[in-house]
Amino acid sequence: MTATAEPEVGKARLRKEDERLVTGRTRWTDNITLPGMLHLAVLRSPLAHARIAEIDTSAAREMPGVIAVFTAKDLDPAREIGLPCAWPVTPDMKHPRRPVLAADKVNFAGEGVAVVAARSAAEAQDALEAIDVEYEDLPVVLDMEAALAEGTTVIHEDLGTNENAVWVFDSGEAGTGGDVQQAITDAEVTVTRRFRQQRLVPAFMEPRATVVDPTGPQLTVWSSTQIPHILRVMTALTLGLPEHKLRVIAPDVGGGFGGKIGVLPEELMTLLVARKLGKPVKWNESRSDCMATAHHGRDQIQDITITATRDGTITGLKVDLLADMGAYLGVVAPGVPLLGAFMFNAIYKIPSYRFACTNVFTNKTITDAYRGAGRPEATFAIERIMDELAVELDMDPLALREKNWIKHEEFPYTTVAGLTYDSGNYEAATERAKQLFDYDGLRREQEARRASNDPVQLGIGISTYTEMCGLAPSRVLGSLAYGAGGWEHAAIRMLPTGKVEVVTGSSAHGQGHETAWSQIVADQLGVPFEDIEVLHGDTQFSPRGMDTYGSRSLTVGGTALVLAAHRVLDKAKPVAAHLLECAVDDIEFAGGKFAVKGTDKSVGIQDVALAVFAAHDLPDGYEANLDSDATFDPDNFSYPHGTHLCATEVDTETGRVSIRSYVCVDDVGKVVNPLIVEGQVHGGLAQGIAQALYEEAVHDESGTLTSGTFADYHLPSAADLPTFVTDRTETPSTTNPLGVKGVGEAGTIASTPAVVNAIVDALRHMGVADVEMPCSPMRVWQAIQGGAR
Amino acid sequence: MIPARFDYVAPTTVDEAVRALADAGEDGKVIAGGQSLLPVLRMRLAAPTKLVDIGRIPELRAIREDGDAIVIGAMATHYEVQRDPLVREHAALITAATDTVADPQVRHRGTFGGSIAHADPAGDLLAPALAMDAEMVVAGMDGRRTVPAAEYFVDFFTTAMTPAELLVEVRLPKYTGWRAHYEKFNRVAQSWSMVAVAAMVRTDGGTIAEARIGLTNMASVPVRARAVEDALVGQAATAENIKAAAANAANGTSPTSDGNADGEYRSHLARVLTGRALTAAIG
Ligand SMILES: Cc1cc2nc3c(=O)[nH]c(=O)nc-3n(C[C@H](O)[C@H](O)[C@H](O)COP(=O)(O)OP(=O)(O)OC[C@H]3O[C@@H](n4cnc5c(N)ncnc54)[C@H](O)[C@@H]3O)c2cc1C
Repeated sequence: MTATAEPEVGKARLRKEDERLVTGRTRWTDNITLPGMLHLAVLRSPLAHARIAEIDTSAAREMPGVIAVFTAKDLDPAREIGLPCAWPVTPDMKHPRRPVLAADKVNFAGEGVAVVAARSAAEAQDALEAIDVEYEDLPVVLDMEAALAEGTTVIHEDLGTNENAVWVFDSGEAGTGGDVQQAITDAEVTVTRRFRQQRLVPAFMEPRATVVDPTGPQLTVWSSTQIPHILRVMTALTLGLPEHKLRVIAPDVGGGFGGKIGVLPEELMTLLVARKLGKPVKWNESRSDCMATAHHGRDQIQDITITATRDGTITGLKVDLLADMGAYLGVVAPGVPLLGAFMFNAIYKIPSYRFACTNVFTNKTITDAYRGAGRPEATFAIERIMDELAVELDMDPLALREKNWIKHEEFPYTTVAGLTYDSGNYEAATERAKQLFDYDGLRREQEARRASNDPVQLGIGISTYTEMCGLAPSRVLGSLAYGAGGWEHAAIRMLPTGKVEVVTGSSAHGQGHETAWSQIVADQLGVPFEDIEVLHGDTQFSPRGMDTYGSRSLTVGGTALVLAAHRVLDKAKPVAAHLLECAVDDIEFAGGKFAVKGTDKSVGIQDVALAVFAAHDLPDGYEANLDSDATFDPDNFSYPHGTHLCATEVDTETGRVSIRSYVCVDDVGKVVNPLIVEGQVHGGLAQGIAQALYEEAVHDESGTLTSGTFADYHLPSAADLPTFVTDRTETPSTTNPLGVKGVGEAGTIASTPAVVNAIVDALRHMGVADVEMPCSPMRVWQAIQGGAR
Repeated sequence: MIPARFDYVAPTTVDEAVRALADAGEDGKVIAGGQSLLPVLRMRLAAPTKLVDIGRIPELRAIREDGDAIVIGAMATHYEVQRDPLVREHAALITAATDTVADPQVRHRGTFGGSIAHADPAGDLLAPALAMDAEMVVAGMDGRRTVPAAEYFVDFFTTAMTPAELLVEVRLPKYTGWRAHYEKFNRVAQSWSMVAVAAMVRTDGGTIAEARIGLTNMASVPVRARAVEDALVGQAATAENIKAAAANAANGTSPTSDGNADGEYRSHLARVLTGRALTAAIG
């Protein structure tokens, strides 16, 4: 039993979990089949807003294989159950009750109205066609501004308004900066823009599914969820179930991107049906149902004003947002825009800032967190308007950024939004990116193409971003009225044979925790990488956890792991001293060995584990247990940053945009596994570029989702994307002992504005000042026609 | 998503298949590669009660030469068509268009005949078939008949075949020595055409002797760009002449509007892409 000589942290280890994930030979929720299990099919409203006059399920009940059919009346006769929202952003926030099944009224197309339980999935599906629902149409409210207008149809009549909440941050009032109104009055230069963040579908690979087994001592819920721990608490509270009677398991989960942080009506429905029928029950969904009913992302209208002096010094920033919640509230939906509130000021020193957000209800699918949650929106708006300001000032956009960003020697730096950025080096990342990109060469080519009237124009887009991640300091969350803390938990179990089980409360769903966590523990304990098994996602062996979202796993969960490892070593040391017959103070630990200082006498940690198991020869009074756990609550976020440069070629004849080159230099602090970082960056870029160019959830005027399949919702593949040139600078975070920062969302946050900036830059001389996302060929072509007019 | 219940038969001859279809009447449906039909069934947009699988009829798979024609069996897969040397030599436009269809998985399952019979105006093989004056050989209880491409495509997803008929093969006149190009414009790789142009030219010295051009997704059926063809014949194959002729590409078309393109933009694309298709074909 020797320890690995080279540190594991920093190695490009292939991911342990990939063989089973990539081949699908694993347990996804939908693969789980229990004896006597029944299958659910949900009848969904085709209408976005209608009163339910009558539901006739009698024929469906007679269909072959059907065990029961339920409507709201049967599942929740007292009308007590309402889906939870964990983020009441203001004390007077409006929170409509969202039932498990619609009772009197449907508020978006896709809302469940009845559910069939049958012996087979096919029989359940067949029975749906025999259910008769009589609807009475109501006017649909789809546009956010119209929803807020006087006299509009109110979706939730009991609330009396379509306004969910208004949340304001003002640096003058908060004491973190000046008064933005004054800045606007005094401004030498003011630029105002309206940007639209289209609706997006998170499009995780595995659609959602739940299995509930009501037999046995605990009620067991398997779900394709990112948040088994939160789901357990919320389910207990929402349904009034004793928490200790509930076990939640997230087996292998095929992606989430935030799309699986919900507490779903379908999860609760499955549980209620399973309890009523006393049998295991499975719910799964088609891709079309998933696209129409799983929460969407983004959907904001952003009005942004920036002021500056003639020499390019920013003096103020004012942001007014409208954020579409959809028909009800997602678990963290009202807070998603707030995650952006602290990011509009980005990497810049801005003396005055005001942010106001109005959350709005519409007759659409709910929105909630989607990769980046709030921060991509903010980054897009500020990085887009920086380019517009540069044009206004006739400055190079990179030079304008440099003039205003926080200098390396100014860290730690407290921003106008009140956050303290612990570290950063924007100069280094930008310098490296410029080199890799050949910034000056491309600018020359751009000039030449403009001069020759080339039908294919070249544009350069810049995004110098930072983001707050590693959610989150519990106190900060408390101050923002979030319903939970932001700590994370880890436990290490030393097995008799020297193998190690690691239990993490952060629930992986494709991120690679099993590999990265093994690397960290291998270094901390000096045991081989292969001897470590990482367990997650089951409240029975992992009772404490805050799950995975907000690029938090490594910064928070990884730190908890390090602390737990230190405790194992603390416990092992006296045993080692005892076995080596020396004083505890004479022991030093390195490379998996406890050695007596100044001698060659040593004992390995895995031998200590065996000795503790046998317990034949331990120090007097020693508690025979090396297992340890730890909880870490960060006192700050982590702030990854970087510079992304994108060159687009725009075919001015057709409007098609192709990305010619994409360079990103990200600073994610210390890197545990470069391969995983690279994977996260690539995937993030793909999703961010997809927002810029391809994806949009579109509703028609009746509120029907018209982009409800992948034939209409354009998800790019590798063939649509360039070869990414990625590199890193490494400025360690000072907010955690590993020096790490989150990387899960960085690519998504940074890339969208880089692409759109590049498109506008290519066409600026043709009179184009903006193109709405997604920048489809038709939109680009129309913008060119408009510019020429 | 699970289709409604259906019966399934897999005959081994065309005659058996035709009988099975006749027996099923309005409720029967041919299934070839299933790439277009299965999504329809799974989404329950249609619920035929009998599927007649024509995948086990050896005759339908063949690609052969028959005098002045290349004959493609209805069940030849896109993959097989793509790699067939006869098609490449005498019907290069079909090879070029097939190369752009979907992705390798779909091309291994989806069939040439299925695409033609499905008659989706965004399908990539319709315009080439039209431009080439293909003939569809159709079998029914009364025997076989031949329908010219110009009469075969009737409307969106509608052909001149009755539900009791089977597309057996497609006869393509040989266009040996012609230069062909299929110019496809779509939103993401491997997706359907927003607009596409199938162009084929025979040059004589530097002059365009003949030209045949079909447009994909510019109406409810594939359309010939006759005005462009007429404008090209006898002209020198120069960039200016091509551009001038291509300006007529949208004449007489009736493009639809959808999330990707409105009619005006589709017409514009037809003109630009026709120019590009011709330029690429002439080389
Ligand atoms: C993801 C995806 C992407 C695609 N992209 C493209 C694309 O870019 N371009 C493109 O052109 N196509 C595309 N397709 C469609 C593909 O080419 C299909 O293969 C084709 O449209 C139908 O062929 P099939 O053999 O699968 O027919 P099926 O799905 O089996 O049948 C389709 C229809 O034709 C009828 N039919 C089939 N064969 C016969 C016959 N011999 N006689 C009578 N009726 C018959 C069936 O009854 C059915 O109504 C795509 C399909 C998918 C799934």
